[in-house]
Amino acid sequence: MAGLFKKLFNKGQENEQEEIQAEETEQLTDEEIEAILVEEMDQAVEEEEQEVKGESPDSFFSRLKDGLTKTRKSITGKLNGVLTSFKSVDEELFEELEEILITSDVGVSTTMKILDNLRNRVKEQNIKDPSEVKELLKQEILAIMGEDIERLEDQTPAVILVIGVNGVGKTTSIGKIAAKLKASGKKVIIAAADTFRAAAIDQLEIWGKRTGVDVIKHQEGSDPAAVIFDAINSAKSRKADVIICDTAGRLHNKKNLMEELKKIYRVIEREYPEAHKETLLVLDATTGQNAISQAALFKEAVDISGLVLTKLDGTAKGGIIIAIKSELDIPVKYIGVGEKVDDLQDFSSIDFVNALFEE
Amino acid sequence: MRHLAFEGLAEKLQSTLKKLRGAGKLNEKDVKDAMREVKMALLEADVSFKVVKDFITKVTERAVGHEVLDSLTPGQQVIKIVNEQMTELMGSTNSKIIFSSKPPTVLMMVGLQGAGKTTTCGKLGLLLKKQGKNPLLVAGDVYRPAAIKQLQVVGDQVGIEVFTMGDKVSPVDISKAAVAHAIKSGNDVVIIDTAGRLHINEELMEELADIKENVRPTEILLVVDSMTGQDAVNVAESFNEKLGIDGVILTKLDGDTRGGAALSVKAITGKPIKFAGMGEKMNELEPFHPDRMASRILGMGDVLSLIEKAQTAFDEKKAIELERKIRTQQFTFDDFLDQLQEMKKMGPLSSILEMMPGMNASKLKGMEVDDRELVKVEAIIRSMTKKERQNPDIINGSRRKRIASGSGTSIQDVNRVMKNYEQSKKMMKQFAGMEKDMKKGKMKMPFFR
Repeated sequence: MAGLFKKLFNKGQENEQEEIQAEETEQLTDEEIEAILVEEMDQAVEEEEQEVKGESPDSFFSRLKDGLTKTRKSITGKLNGVLTSFKSVDEELFEELEEILITSDVGVSTTMKILDNLRNRVKEQNIKDPSEVKELLKQEILAIMGEDIERLEDQTPAVILVIGVNGVGKTTSIGKIAAKLKASGKKVIIAAADTFRAAAIDQLEIWGKRTGVDVIKHQEGSDPAAVIFDAINSAKSRKADVIICDTAGRLHNKKNLMEELKKIYRVIEREYPEAHKETLLVLDATTGQNAISQAALFKEAVDISGLVLTKLDGTAKGGIIIAIKSELDIPVKYIGVGEKVDDLQDFSSIDFVNALFEE
Repeated sequence: MRHLAFEGLAEKLQSTLKKLRGAGKLNEKDVKDAMREVKMALLEADVSFKVVKDFITKVTERAVGHEVLDSLTPGQQVIKIVNEQMTELMGSTNSKIIFSSKPPTVLMMVGLQGAGKTTTCGKLGLLLKKQGKNPLLVAGDVYRPAAIKQLQVVGDQVGIEVFTMGDKVSPVDISKAAVAHAIKSGNDVVIIDTAGRLHINEELMEELADIKENVRPTEILLVVDSMTGQDAVNVAESFNEKLGIDGVILTKLDGDTRGGAALSVKAITGKPIKFAGMGEKMNELEPFHPDRMASRILGMGDVLSLIEKAQTAFDEKKAIELERKIRTQQFTFDDFLDQLQEMKKMGPLSSILEMMPGMNASKLKGMEVDDRELVKVEAIIRSMTKKERQNPDIINGSRRKRIASGSGTSIQDVNRVMKNYEQSKKMMKQFAGMEKDMKKGKMKMPFFR
């Protein structure tokens, strides 16, 4: 077991070095670098699959891997560094693990909780090999992240309400979700209920054109609940399967704006009781511990069914979702990994954690 | 739920150090225990792990062996040192835009997606317009759908012209043309909006460097979401390395985030945070106050003000009485004397006043009191009769002569003190008016604590 891990770690480090070299070669265009990265990832996965028997190629995994490459590389890269450089399981090792989780935005309390459990299990099972600690750590996080969650497109008619603070990427995510649902054969309508931000409606209309989805809109400054009321009625008459409702970004500590959100939610419940309801809270992966406050206060206002974690293509690790799952039991449904229309991926807890810790 | 945990820090610290009461000096072990709590609080506030580590090292150095002030508990003493270190790191208020000596002043806004660049462009434009400038907004975000339209709407709201060439022209060319346009039409400030981009996107970072190369901006301002977590250091470091930023604008600070990113960004780049976005309205861009941010990050403003109160010898009752007197314009020489004593403890008047927003330093000329002068002034006031101190209007020529000889000074000296008193009284009246304008509880006068 330990030998196998060591082998995997070494290989991972080699790949990383090669990638660094590739990035340093300035003549390469982004696409070329991307191609190299993808190629190397494919190779790594293939090799891994040959070595790890019984793990069959998974299309889900392969779709996820692009977006998670960075997340995985940064956490696992550091983790492997730690685990190979320590000879024994001691307090120093736990301190290093603490640093990794904290710098991934997992947060102090969740990190402590994870590490306390890890310490107990290491003691109980009398583990002496640091590499085995990794497997246990993975299990601990997996236990928090829990089972797989249901997909959106399985139930129609559906109303998806998209909420979040300012600038997290609600409108962009809606464009991507619309494209995704349309590709799976659903008739989609978008309600442009962000009537507050300048040009939010125009932004959504451009996404509507890109994805070939109708956008129901009013004037800037009009009542968002009224827009949604209209959207529900046109969805019914046009026999649309899914309505996706954009809302204005709002800080969760603004009472009046949260009241407005409740009103929007009530309109949906009243006007379309038979529809399946989803409320997606969009979170920016670069957000720190405030994301917990966001999730908690939005959850107080409306019933959140899942998260969309955006901007995972940067260097932010999005570890806050572990804390949110741990403290508020809200699962992640989608992750955003770029600005293109297909840069939105289904999220699966198990694959997320696997991707975090497998190279 | 989360906040309770934060608010517990002060109590935790104090209980950790309770056993130390009376011991006189902070010892290494106690400080170390306390630093564990401080570390957790800073991490919970999203201060970068690396920055926290450095910070703790510095505070520990400073705290170990430190005398505990009579009026403070050891816990309060540690908190005081932590706050001082934090305030030092955050720097002093620096919310000024450096204008170019050769107009137009070109300001370039950069940052990640969704940080709030476009909105901030409008807000900053309005702020400068109110200062008498004639700004031009430049739509340099050609990537995000409707970003140009957004800036146009924002420009409309604040009544500022928006320069655009559509989304088919490169941001470099747009910026160049915009500056040329500004020169031609007499805009003395040019604010360039740029597309949000990831700091690891080489191509787009290169584009910013290109704009910089071509239009030589007076200031490059990094717009940072105050809710940013550990990634803030990576972002700030990359933007600063690539572009050499001149300042930071912190957005969405009207949320409930502790805002540790502010400390991380300042520590990593050394560049001042100039403004903070405090709301969705266009006039809600405020000068950034590093000291307030420090106590917000620590999450124990109440304890800090308590400590301040404990160490300021100023009698609360006296302050209230003084405030009442000023309001009713009964400011007497007795009060003036009290004030002078307080100033002696608090440092020069001018530096205290400089810390206050909206205070014009030039108004303070001739008001400075140095220590030798203070002795003289004191003697003069003490040579006045009780009646004279309470009612300075009765001090005529012959009384002045008596006071001068009684205090061993000249009539000129007495005249100067009389003048100072009048100015002081006038200034106090201004303060009283100012305080009424300020939002309730938002700020307190250092004098009247």
